[in-house]
Amino acid sequence: MNALPVPLGNYIILSGILFSLGVIGVLTARNAIVILMSIELMLNAANLLLVVFARVHGDLGGQVMVFFVLTVAAAEAAVGLAILVAVFRRKGSVDVDRLNMLKG
Amino acid sequence: MADQLIFWVAAIVAIIAAIRVVVLKNAVLSVLHLIVTLIALAVLFLQLSAEFIAALQIIVYAGAIMVLFLFIVMLLNLRKDEFGRDQLPWLRLLGTLAGAAFLAELISLIGGGRVMAANVPDGFGSVRSIGIALFGEYMFPFELTSLLLVAAVLAAVVVARRKSSNEIDAAPPAGNEGEA
Repeated sequence: MNALPVPLGNYIILSGILFSLGVIGVLTARNAIVILMSIELMLNAANLLLVVFARVHGDLGGQVMVFFVLTVAAAEAAVGLAILVAVFRRKGSVDVDRLNMLKG
Repeated sequence: MADQLIFWVAAIVAIIAAIRVVVLKNAVLSVLHLIVTLIALAVLFLQLSAEFIAALQIIVYAGAIMVLFLFIVMLLNLRKDEFGRDQLPWLRLLGTLAGAAFLAELISLIGGGRVMAANVPDGFGSVRSIGIALFGEYMFPFELTSLLLVAAVLAAVVVARRKSSNEIDAAPPAGNEGEA
């Protein structure tokens, strides 16, 4: 079994679509939780490419990197959600349009 | 043929669920759709002989991280009218256009040509082979992740704590000193 199920370009385009959807989510969402989820989406698009290229090159390093990305994602989610809880206590909202405390 | 069918089904499910993550107003539904995307990606990982990573994806990502998201969404208990009228509607359009431009740029960078995958030995991506790589070649980064997780746990507890540190310093709870 030395062929990918589909050409490599399909995986790259799928990863690009998922990453772009994450970008769109970060740019357009008003709910800060949805923004964090969009970041998770982008991390997963990167994970997909890491696994694909680990397979293409026959190198386990890519899969180990996915493990590290998973760890970073867990840490990011924990800290990010803690920040959201703190913001919600202070402002009573997680609407990023209302987080304008620095505004003069 | 079956491999291609699996890829296309998983890819389409992943993309549709990802779109719904971004556009749905209800955060609980967004979390659930993100779980669908993660499971579809886990199917693709299985196809690419990454069994352990696929299992991790479902157990850690869909199981632990998404449950944390769901917990926070329900803890905050946002009302449906939480987000009122859009103050910057053109910004949404601009963001979508920027994302589409980004995708077009990514696709334009992809060269053609058929790439053959390397011959991989039996057990590539199994728990055993990943474990040998993790505790051999990648020992130091692996230990660093434990430091990262400890820092993240401490940061989460400190940030989300109800009382500020000043209040705790000013009035330590009675009885704590004696126990210590």
